[in-house]
Amino acid sequence: MRLTIDMQIYLPIAEVSVNAFLLLGLGGIVGILSGMFGVGGGFLMTPLLFFIGIPPAVAVATEANQIVASSFSGVLAHLRRKTVDLRMGTVLLIGGLIGAALGVLLFNYLKSLGQVDLLVRLCYVVFLGVIGGLMFIESLRAIRNTRRGVKPARRKHGLVHKLPFKMRFRTSGLYISVIPPLLVGVSVGVLAAIMGVGGGFVMVPAMIYLLGMPTKVVVGTSLFQIIFVTAFTTLLHATTNYTVDVALAVLLLVGGVVGAQIGTMLGTRMKAEQLRILLAMMVLAVCAKLALDLLLTPSEVYSIASGAGGH
Amino acid sequence: MLRVALLLWLAALPLRAEEVVLGLSKDRVAITATFEGSDILIFGAIKRETAIPEVPLDVIITVSGPSRPATVRRKERVLGIWVNTDSVDLDAAPTFYAVATSGPLEEVLSDTEDLRHRVSIPRAIRSVGAASMAADAENFTDALIRIRKRQDAYQLLENRVAFDEQTLFRTAISMPANLTEGDYLTRIFLTREGRVVSQFETVIDVRKVGVERWLFTLSREQPLLYGLMSLAIAIAAGWGASAVFQVLRRS
Repeated sequence: MRLTIDMQIYLPIAEVSVNAFLLLGLGGIVGILSGMFGVGGGFLMTPLLFFIGIPPAVAVATEANQIVASSFSGVLAHLRRKTVDLRMGTVLLIGGLIGAALGVLLFNYLKSLGQVDLLVRLCYVVFLGVIGGLMFIESLRAIRNTRRGVKPARRKHGLVHKLPFKMRFRTSGLYISVIPPLLVGVSVGVLAAIMGVGGGFVMVPAMIYLLGMPTKVVVGTSLFQIIFVTAFTTLLHATTNYTVDVALAVLLLVGGVVGAQIGTMLGTRMKAEQLRILLAMMVLAVCAKLALDLLLTPSEVYSIASGAGGH
Repeated sequence: MLRVALLLWLAALPLRAEEVVLGLSKDRVAITATFEGSDILIFGAIKRETAIPEVPLDVIITVSGPSRPATVRRKERVLGIWVNTDSVDLDAAPTFYAVATSGPLEEVLSDTEDLRHRVSIPRAIRSVGAASMAADAENFTDALIRIRKRQDAYQLLENRVAFDEQTLFRTAISMPANLTEGDYLTRIFLTREGRVVSQFETVIDVRKVGVERWLFTLSREQPLLYGLMSLAIAIAAGWGASAVFQVLRRS
């Protein structure tokens, strides 16, 4: 017996041995983020899992499963507080399922071209950079305005109000066309399938800035959509690639569900602007890390991809 | 007539003059949920009908995990970004490979014998079509060996076989925690002046057991059921933890 507390666990599908407390901790941190911001946390967790040596294919598939769990407890918390727009969530979900199916087709096409890994990384850098930057600037402006006592401008009537097929979303207090939320759902679904994430980090800003939904409702509604899209993705991975590691998922989610509850509590105590600026900083940090990986000379220019696949 | 021929044939077999009698500390490695790797002690003796010959004997022990195809990719800077450019597909590379010897490998085994028996690490990797995929295919094979050596998946243990009185030998191979299950072929070569004079093979069975076995089998044979079960476990845990937390907050 060693003196240090170590509890190595062998993951049956990933076929690697990792420290159980490390997984619990990672799950907890990502869970807090999930509860606070309504993001699945996949955009953080998936690269972290690569980093601790989980094969990429297993990391992506298992992450989808873990997001279902961490989002589930978050959604329950939000449903209880009535901060889920079920009607908007359903529209986004329909778009999301279509998008996920399209995304898988696109992913396989890019895989046949042989540069899918680079494309995924570039997608991350571009999306995280643009979204993080916009949110950061916007939140700074909002905070400065509230300090000066300026009331934030009420939502303007833009394109979302001119399109046909209007629908009333009572919880969000919106009367807009279903086309923009459907398109948001589709694009998030495509991104989710290509990047192996829940897509909350794209959907949350899109809901705020494109659809004009109130921030409080955005979190619960995006979690609602994420649950179903990631459950769909989990089943696709389990049946086609056999890469869902339930032992890994359980460890991540035990930390994750506790974290999500703490995160939801923290989220209700913070101002919307503060939440947004924190999320923006997080997104920018991950973006910077990924960009540096692409730009700096790697210590090992060779890499091994085993026959099992992955991207 | 036949009997005479058989006798002559037996008499003409110098290879049989020295034989390996082998022992393993274990011939099964069970991968459990708390598997942290395994040390295997490989020991044995050399059985002789005659006196110990003048020229000393050497011992080489190899342990080889199941072989899998592997793709090795190389990054290059394109427009400031590091991009995977060239790649080489290797037909079969062992997932684990250890060579332990009683002396420097170059001295105890000739190149011809290495080629025939595939003993050294580079020779254990099969790469028939690799040369046609890149001009410098060896660099890719070297990279695979370098990366796997760093992970302790490939081990060159020169002078690590203790060999006493030209008769008793033993070595310890430590297998890392990240093992692929399968039959681990264990070979013992006796060499004299670089030539293999006797060879012995056995198999170490590396298998998942218990829950690990059950989950793995289910995921391959009933993938939809396994996927639904994973989701059910995830949702139950998510809902359960949420409920527990709610109770805790109220009290």
